[in-house]
Amino acid sequence: MNYASYIFLIPLLPLAGFALLGLFGKKYFNESSGIIATVLILVSTLLSLYTAYNYFIAEGIINGAYPSITAFHTSWLSFSKNLSIDIGILIDPISVMMLIVVTFISLMVHIFSLGYMKGEKRFATYYAFLSLFTFSMLGLIISSNLFQIYIFWELVGVSSFLLIGFYFDKPSAVAASKKAFIVTRFADLGFLIGILLLGYYGESFEFSTLIRQLTDVQSSQSIAITTGTFAGISILTWGLILIFIGGAGKSALFPLHIWLPDAMEGPTPVSALIHAATMVVAGVFLVARLFPIFSLSEIALSVITVVGLSSTFIAAVIACTQTDIKRVLAYSTMSQIGFMMFALGMTGTENTLGYTASLFHLFTHAFFKSLLFLCAGTIIHFIHSNEISAMGGLKKYIPLTHLTFLIACLAIAGIPPFAGFFSKEEILLAAYNSNKLVFGIALLTSGITAFYMFRLYFSIFYNKQMEIQNPHSEGSFSIKFPLVVLAICSIVVGFIPFGNFVAADNKILESHLDFRFSFAPVVIGGLSILLAMYFYKNENDKPNKVASFWGKIYQAAFRKFYVDELYIFITKKIIFNFIGRPAAWIDKNIVDGLVNETARTIEKFSYMIKGIQSGKVQHYLLYFFGGIISLLIVFVYLWK
Amino acid sequence: MNLLIILLIPLLTAMALLFANSLKQIRFIALMGSVAQLIFSFVLFYFYRTEKNNGNTALFSFEQNYTWYAPLNINFHIGVDGISIAMILLTSFVVLAGVLVSWKEERLSKDFFFLLLFLSLGTYGFFISLDLFTLFFFLELAVIPKFLLIGIWGSGKKEYSAMKLALMLMAGSALVFVGLLGIYFNTNINGLHSFDLIQIANTQLPLAVQKLFFPFAFIGFGIFTALFPFHTWVPDGHSSAPTAASMFLAGISMKLGGYGCLRVATYLMPDAAQSYSTIIIVLAIIAIIYGAFATMMQTDLKYINAYSSISHCGFVLLGIGILTKTAINGAVLQMVSHGLMTALFFAVIGMIYDRTHSRQLSQLSGLLKVMPFISTAFVIAGLCSLGLPGFSGFVAEMTVFVGAWEKPDLFYRMVTIIACASIVVTAVYILRATGTAIMGPINNNDHLKLSDAAWYERLAAIVLITAIIAIGISPFWLTDLIGQSTDSIVNKLLNK
Amino acid sequence: MNEVPLTHILVLSTALFFIGMFGLFTRRNMITILMSVELILNSVNINFVAFNKYLFPEKLDGVFFVLFIIAIAAAEAALAIAIIINLYRNHQSIDVDDATEMKF
Repeated sequence: MNYASYIFLIPLLPLAGFALLGLFGKKYFNESSGIIATVLILVSTLLSLYTAYNYFIAEGIINGAYPSITAFHTSWLSFSKNLSIDIGILIDPISVMMLIVVTFISLMVHIFSLGYMKGEKRFATYYAFLSLFTFSMLGLIISSNLFQIYIFWELVGVSSFLLIGFYFDKPSAVAASKKAFIVTRFADLGFLIGILLLGYYGESFEFSTLIRQLTDVQSSQSIAITTGTFAGISILTWGLILIFIGGAGKSALFPLHIWLPDAMEGPTPVSALIHAATMVVAGVFLVARLFPIFSLSEIALSVITVVGLSSTFIAAVIACTQTDIKRVLAYSTMSQIGFMMFALGMTGTENTLGYTASLFHLFTHAFFKSLLFLCAGTIIHFIHSNEISAMGGLKKYIPLTHLTFLIACLAIAGIPPFAGFFSKEEILLAAYNSNKLVFGIALLTSGITAFYMFRLYFSIFYNKQMEIQNPHSEGSFSIKFPLVVLAICSIVVGFIPFGNFVAADNKILESHLDFRFSFAPVVIGGLSILLAMYFYKNENDKPNKVASFWGKIYQAAFRKFYVDELYIFITKKIIFNFIGRPAAWIDKNIVDGLVNETARTIEKFSYMIKGIQSGKVQHYLLYFFGGIISLLIVFVYLWK
Repeated sequence: MNLLIILLIPLLTAMALLFANSLKQIRFIALMGSVAQLIFSFVLFYFYRTEKNNGNTALFSFEQNYTWYAPLNINFHIGVDGISIAMILLTSFVVLAGVLVSWKEERLSKDFFFLLLFLSLGTYGFFISLDLFTLFFFLELAVIPKFLLIGIWGSGKKEYSAMKLALMLMAGSALVFVGLLGIYFNTNINGLHSFDLIQIANTQLPLAVQKLFFPFAFIGFGIFTALFPFHTWVPDGHSSAPTAASMFLAGISMKLGGYGCLRVATYLMPDAAQSYSTIIIVLAIIAIIYGAFATMMQTDLKYINAYSSISHCGFVLLGIGILTKTAINGAVLQMVSHGLMTALFFAVIGMIYDRTHSRQLSQLSGLLKVMPFISTAFVIAGLCSLGLPGFSGFVAEMTVFVGAWEKPDLFYRMVTIIACASIVVTAVYILRATGTAIMGPINNNDHLKLSDAAWYERLAAIVLITAIIAIGISPFWLTDLIGQSTDSIVNKLLNK
Repeated sequence: MNEVPLTHILVLSTALFFIGMFGLFTRRNMITILMSVELILNSVNINFVAFNKYLFPEKLDGVFFVLFIIAIAAAEAALAIAIIINLYRNHQSIDVDDATEMKF
């Protein structure tokens, strides 16, 4: 199958949209820019689906595994014989899967925004940025080489920055966009150094070459990278951990998660696309992409597990205490990404269920989480507030949103037969098979997940009955349509036999659900929902009592465990005061001071000697005569 | 292809300016002159490519050699290789943009444009010289106009800055001259001392001579390119200079130093370059990281860009100090990239200053709302500065990083990591400036009445942005162009 | 014949030279300074003649030199007096310390 004939169009169409709308949109077709961008992304989506059909169904498995195809490849910037940055398109199960996710969610968000962002003055700019993001994200997932992934990694970072700061006259949005960019940039530093390490020792940036050379224990590259050590840990592990830091930054894992809740300052559809479904899972994608190499290092995998698990748990606890609807969802995103991450971390060489489970969860999560955000968008649109306390009893005003929100909540809580159930079960099963402690924490967290999601659900749609005068409608067709589509997806995508398509070795992974195993998670999920119902179904002060009962712990969780404060302390207090200020001071006073001092010294010296030019002829004569005498002495007596 | 044309264009334009009567004519002549430069540099580029494709492997093309002063064996010897063409292209872009942003310069405008063109004359001459004396001659020619441009059309403490800049650069030239004479008196080609770059490159200077005179030449040129700790002319000079002069200073003049370090110091004295490499790297790293942190604390937009120039020029010196092919390629790329990017930055800052009459971060806010074009250009310059892919800065920085990483030694690893860390700091100060001045609500109601860029300002920004994006998207044409020339430098370094 | 030894003449010329020098350093009056210069020149003249007579009696180079010096001294005196007159016209004084225009 010749993918090269059309696959490059998938990312390039949004890029064309960006160029067109960015350059001319605002002036010439502000109103219709949404339609243009949506049509372009629609074509991309269809092409992605076509690709997926060709790849998984029409072509299918060749020689027992799905092939990795390089559809396009060209040298972009070559450094030396081995190392060059190439631009290529790599087609394999995970990139095709991601193509569908990204284009599809992006399409839904484009459609949703048609109604949601209507009347916005910078409508064309908004769509230009959305297109830029879609292009970058698509470029990222089809990258065939590490440096290319880094390039698009930075580009998604900047599109995220631009979109978070879309309402640029809001100081909080500006601060959030800066924070997101700088924190991820800091993490990308690790990524970059990791790339340099792996690229140098693996003698290539190309995924296929790199994986081939490093997984072959006989190869010189593999020997060099595993025997070389720094501070007692092998170079391989260092490289992988550094790359993982990059992934953790983008995927908002503890402790680099602080930008994600603030990123909710962006328009809500953007949060649905970037900060729930696509960009934040880039870290998971990166680890999955390099998984054959990651599986070589036990330490790196343990780091991934620990970081993933702690993010999952911490985020879930914080989510229970937040009162901003979008922040709850943000922490829930972080928690779910933690799930995906530790599932990858627990994937062993024999038991590869975790890998499939992780990507399966990524897949299902994209649908129900973006649905949750879009619902949040309509709710916020309706209420004009993000605070839970301003909501209540909305069920009768926005029935469609209520229904779709409920479906999404059930999906994320892992209630069968919704999508989240299947993927979460697989993760839990993988955890159960490899480590019982991890399994325990994961199970607990999935209970907490159900609790806080239904806390949100009951607080918004039940609880106190708000009386709203002249409620405006729920929204136009373009708002409702994506909700319905995504809700349907949240129900059905779980039934996809994911193991047939995506597995660590590109073969088919036979996985069947064991309903006896599913019993415990489902019961815990159900109980948590009942608990949430007990607290939040009707207006009462039980939640406050519980909150005051937990006291300090509640406060700590409410204040997000003071991680933000810690960061501010480090950046503002330590870096600014102890590095930046002294550097500026030294430059102004010592380095520049030396220059000025030199000038001043020369000036002083010339003042000193200018007395010699007394203007008295006899003085000059004296110097002249003295000069002659001394020259005489020198030449006659001293010059030997 | 007659290389003298590139000297004649600015010279004739400058002469023609003297006969112009009205402001309109002055502008027209200056604009035509700079457009002609741009066209010619592309023609030169094209002919050079054709020549290479036809299998001409000579290192320098379009050579011309005239005797200037026979008794001392001084010749007017010119010729170009890939690196000089890259620099000529950069210069012509910056000159055109500089002339455009100075469109509204009405005070002594004839003299102003005359000096700008004179400066470009010196710069072109410097980049095409193959004779050390000619090279020095043009280097001096490029220094004098800066003094006048800052001293007459500058702002703030302009006399101080002009003096400081001229004195420090003159000190640099003096050191360079010592280095050049050191080379001259230690060559012996057919019984004569020689200033000829190609001839010197084909001989081998004694190691002791190299070790003695390398520091003179390197530090001398280093002052031009903000070598730590001789960089303090940069912030003062740039901030006092008028917009176009800032663009020329940061965009072109600082590149004279980098080019000189590469072409004269490293190329002619390779053994000394090897032995001083560690010191150069350490100084460059200090400039990179320290410049970045110092930038973080600045409150004046021009100071921010000036300090960030110190940091970015550190990458040039780092690339030269590392002495691998990739790193030197990176250094040249960084010169071109930084030249364009910083010229754009200064142009935009100038536009903001013209309207708001302030460059203080505390007095600027929310400009995106009133001047979307200027603000977008500012953001693009900022993103290029922090090394975003798609812009030239990324290509250059990554090339330097990979080049530095190629050396298998813990020292170089640490250096690379520190250099990489600077891009995070860069992000901090760029976003700080952008977040305050460009984004946010408008605090000053007077700013609500301000206008966006005029056509000449738009054109200037677009010219530079086009070049930045062109390099960012297709860096290969630039690396192909400079590849052979850097090869020759590296081969000289390796062949003991 | 009892000749005067060369040393006597040299002592005379040295004395003359330093007297001139002393006048040059201490006098403020320009006419006196000019006279001191003449004294110095004449001390040199004496030296020339003496060396010519005692060392190379067959030659006349020293005498010729003296003639040159006398001629130049005359020209110089004319020039100097012209300067002095001009200064006097401007400053109403011929004191060297009053002419300070060229001082920094």
